[in-house]
Amino acid sequence: MNILFEAFKQSIELVSTFNTDLYEILLLSLKVSCLSLFFSSLIGLPLGTFLAIKNFWGKDITLIFFNTMMGLPPVVVGLIVYLLISRSGPFGWLGILYTPTAMIIAQMILIIPIIVSLTAQTIEEIHQEYKLLFYSLVVPPHKAVIAYLFEARYLILTVMLAGFGRAISEVGAVIIVGGNIDHLTRVMTTTIALETSKGNLSLALALGIILLSIALFTNFILIRLKIRAKQRMYV
Amino acid sequence: MSKKVFEYAQNLTPIQLTNLSVVVGQKIILDKINCKIKSNSITAILGPNGAGKSIFLQTINGLVSVQSGRLTFNLMENNQEIREQQAMVFQTPVLLRRTVMANMQFVSNLRNKESNRLLKNILNKVGLEGYEKKPARLLSGGEKQRLSMARALMVNPNLLLLDEPTANLDPYSLNLIEDLVLEENSIGKTVIFTTHDMSQAKRLATDVIFLNKGKVLEQTISKTFFKSPKTVEAEKYINGEILI
Repeated sequence: MNILFEAFKQSIELVSTFNTDLYEILLLSLKVSCLSLFFSSLIGLPLGTFLAIKNFWGKDITLIFFNTMMGLPPVVVGLIVYLLISRSGPFGWLGILYTPTAMIIAQMILIIPIIVSLTAQTIEEIHQEYKLLFYSLVVPPHKAVIAYLFEARYLILTVMLAGFGRAISEVGAVIIVGGNIDHLTRVMTTTIALETSKGNLSLALALGIILLSIALFTNFILIRLKIRAKQRMYV
Repeated sequence: MSKKVFEYAQNLTPIQLTNLSVVVGQKIILDKINCKIKSNSITAILGPNGAGKSIFLQTINGLVSVQSGRLTFNLMENNQEIREQQAMVFQTPVLLRRTVMANMQFVSNLRNKESNRLLKNILNKVGLEGYEKKPARLLSGGEKQRLSMARALMVNPNLLLLDEPTANLDPYSLNLIEDLVLEENSIGKTVIFTTHDMSQAKRLATDVIFLNKGKVLEQTISKTFFKSPKTVEAEKYINGEILI
């Protein structure tokens, strides 16, 4: 119990004294996760909306595929990306192994199925409400996709938060393709794993606290936004 | 508006339905119907529940596909340019999760990108002045339907399709919508509407199409229909009797 208390005290100290290493790791984690979320959203949101509003042969299979991909084991993704971008792999010439770019790619592979599947489910409900109106107004398909996403904006924020949660808490893939190199690819989760194995619990715990705080803060903002939106019947 | 569309705009009517059938799922909703909607008319589509009135409007608006038969607008098949000249008001108002003004702007941005001043004028016309910043889905039932009407007028349609536009509305909203229908018709617009309100049909309609079980039983001018209906079903319907 004393060890835990001591580690907790030290972790608070690290956070409050703006420890350089700690904040470097934190900023890189946020950068990698936010960028992977951004690029995944660019692909996943329109794709999910398209799957929700269009009927085509193979739609069910596509949805099943993305639903299944939601449960992809991160280490497997890490291994596949590693094989693809390692020097002897087909994309070895890019020279991105053990860089944040590789980590972003690995996280995108993990996040895109989540965003596609959850967006498709969300938009399907809204589509039932608006399909006749949009068709009656002769809304062009690309504008319809944007309109559906806008109408579901508060629910889409939850979808994106789920993606962000997966990205920032992920360790298996980023440790394989990033290599956990100090000052280069070391992020919160990989540091937690490393420092715990070294017995340096204070840094690990400090990062854990920050990780939880980020999750709490983003959820708090989202819930406030949703409450306000519900009052205006925008959800 | 392109020159081509403008030319069509002058010639959207008469609307002719020839041996037209519509099947939804396994059920025949409209069964080989034949009728004609005249230029600059206000046509009431009457009939009991399940007669196919809403599907009739949706078919004209291109929302449901035709199984067999023909639907022509001044001898032209329905196409996107023709559909852009139509506006439909649904029985249950479908409003975007935005403010009243943003609902108007959405439609405006699709078409002519009208100025906010014009949008406000249309809102004034439907008695929604001062409601611009209000969330649309917080409006009352009558206000929602008036906003739907305003959104339809935004399109400046040549053909206005109204699916029970005044069902369950307060007298103010009802009068306002009826006045708008008459006003739009007076400037050359063709209006087709469905209703269960016989007195409203008498007040507004120049023509009546009476549907029962997906078939057109009567098509005539309004006065004749209400004075001397030709079929037993129409007579029963007017007198408020159950049609089996």
